[in-house]
Amino acid sequence: MGKRNFLIFAVFSLCILALPLLLRESYLLHVFVFIGINTMLAVALNLLLGYAGQISLGHGALFGLGAYLSAILTTKYAINPWMAMVIAGTIVSSLSFLIGFPILKLKGHYLAMATLGFGIILYILFNETVEWTGGPSGLPGIPCLKIGNLAFDHDLANFYLVWIFALVTMMGSLNLNHSRIGRALRAISDSEVAARILGVEAWPLKVKIFTVSAFISSLAGSLYAHTMTFIAPASFGFNFSVEILTMVVVGGLGSVYGSFWGAAILTLLPEWLRVFQDLDIIIYGILLILIMMFMPQGLAGLLSVKKRGP
Amino acid sequence: MEWIAQISQYLLSGLANGSIYGLIGFGFTIIYNATGIINFAQGEFVMLGGMLTVFLLQLFPLPLVLCIGMAIGTTLIIGILFERLAIHPLKNASPITMVIITIGASILMRGLAMILWGKDTHPLPPFSGDEALALGKATIMPQHLWILGLTVLILILNRLFFHHTIYGKAMRACSVNPRAASLAGINVKTMVLLSFAISAALGALAGIIIAPLTMTSYDVGIMLGLKGFCAAIIGGMGSGMGALLGGIILGLLESLGAGLVSAGYKDAIAFVVLLVILFLRPGGLMGKGEMERV
Repeated sequence: MGKRNFLIFAVFSLCILALPLLLRESYLLHVFVFIGINTMLAVALNLLLGYAGQISLGHGALFGLGAYLSAILTTKYAINPWMAMVIAGTIVSSLSFLIGFPILKLKGHYLAMATLGFGIILYILFNETVEWTGGPSGLPGIPCLKIGNLAFDHDLANFYLVWIFALVTMMGSLNLNHSRIGRALRAISDSEVAARILGVEAWPLKVKIFTVSAFISSLAGSLYAHTMTFIAPASFGFNFSVEILTMVVVGGLGSVYGSFWGAAILTLLPEWLRVFQDLDIIIYGILLILIMMFMPQGLAGLLSVKKRGP
Repeated sequence: MEWIAQISQYLLSGLANGSIYGLIGFGFTIIYNATGIINFAQGEFVMLGGMLTVFLLQLFPLPLVLCIGMAIGTTLIIGILFERLAIHPLKNASPITMVIITIGASILMRGLAMILWGKDTHPLPPFSGDEALALGKATIMPQHLWILGLTVLILILNRLFFHHTIYGKAMRACSVNPRAASLAGINVKTMVLLSFAISAALGALAGIIIAPLTMTSYDVGIMLGLKGFCAAIIGGMGSGMGALLGGIILGLLESLGAGLVSAGYKDAIAFVVLLVILFLRPGGLMGKGEMERV
């Protein structure tokens, strides 16, 4: 990361971390905890979709798998929540690594359908394995994370907990963008055949980035489970995968800050639209169509002057 | 002999459901052949067919047949509008762009249906009573017969249209090679429009004939659409006949799996089959060759 980029990121982080001074009101602070989690998810999907050009419609379910593993390990086996988070992340990323090899052989529409199918199988498992997950009515009583005497059970503590993870994720993602791997991924995105001719091992690289993306999603899931203390399958269905996709598309494919803005707007939107219940899903639909048609660079395209490639 | 009756019952309902999946899959292949796009909004055409029929029946004191006709017509117009507004303006868009746009269209249609008609599930009366007919040891609902009969009819019409009319032949030419078709004087854009219209109408019909069996609601499109896609993939994505066979295979697997293993995992069967086929034989059981277009 260059000096200038690092400065921008430092200013951005300070602004975020200073937010609680501004948002004394606990309700908005609560919303910002969600924005942090959604930012992690959007950045994770962006690694795959924006950098490598590979779509996934199963990220909602990977997020859910992280949340459920964390919840089950802590409630049924009394494992320390931090430990549970690590175990969940390891299991989810190993699973993604294994499934990644056959899945990422597929391209375009087929990849979309395969990840969608994978997500729905997980979603059905969340609903059907009732003795583990509590089924459709959910799993309550998940313990919160603790460091010594500090328990992350109120919005202010949760805000900092989630945002430290989110900022680290963003920084890692920014770094990757300017690295050899980031350039290789973009080459795959532009033309996989050309990238392979230039010596990029496309398939293993796609699997690796899918694994990293799944790991981040799983962490976000664990954070969600431990900050909410209750989870139900409805939060991890196909609709949520589409919501993450919308965040990435609105923010701009390949833009890390864009992912933040996408996550922020799409998390705040339903709050503002509460008066018109259920209107949000229609707005997602319209946003997806209009942005893909008229500003495929998303919000990030509006802000930056320089454009990528011809 | 109890179990023979049981199994034949599963086979019958599997055959009927499978025909529906096949019809939906058929809709996928028509658009895919004309454009190379997999239309994620295909399931919403199915939902619109069923829901529109239910609500036309409530609004007007008309016979069922007329309402069905109007529902199919309306869905067909929606399909045409969708193509004109969202697909037609984009030239040479990447698959990712098309996936996102068709997903956007699908959640838009689903959301509008939810706001217009609410979240409840709605019944549609069977076309000719609900008195079960005995068939050997098993019983069959008249609606099952309707489904099987209409599926056969669609197959015949499909054959006649694609092999014996000028438009059908032109559409087949486009699926082989759009540029060559265009050089031969075929208006490829009209054929794309036509493919969306036919596909929407076919989806609506599938949604209408299954509604009396399973009820319908604003969100039936996701599952039915995905299962239809699974059917099309089993059939190798290229042919309507393949999709139909794929649908029947899927329907039979599903109803046997639900009956003999566990009903809770019934929906998972389709997706496990989908993944296995995509991993092992991405060209489909009946298809062949690579599907990559560089």
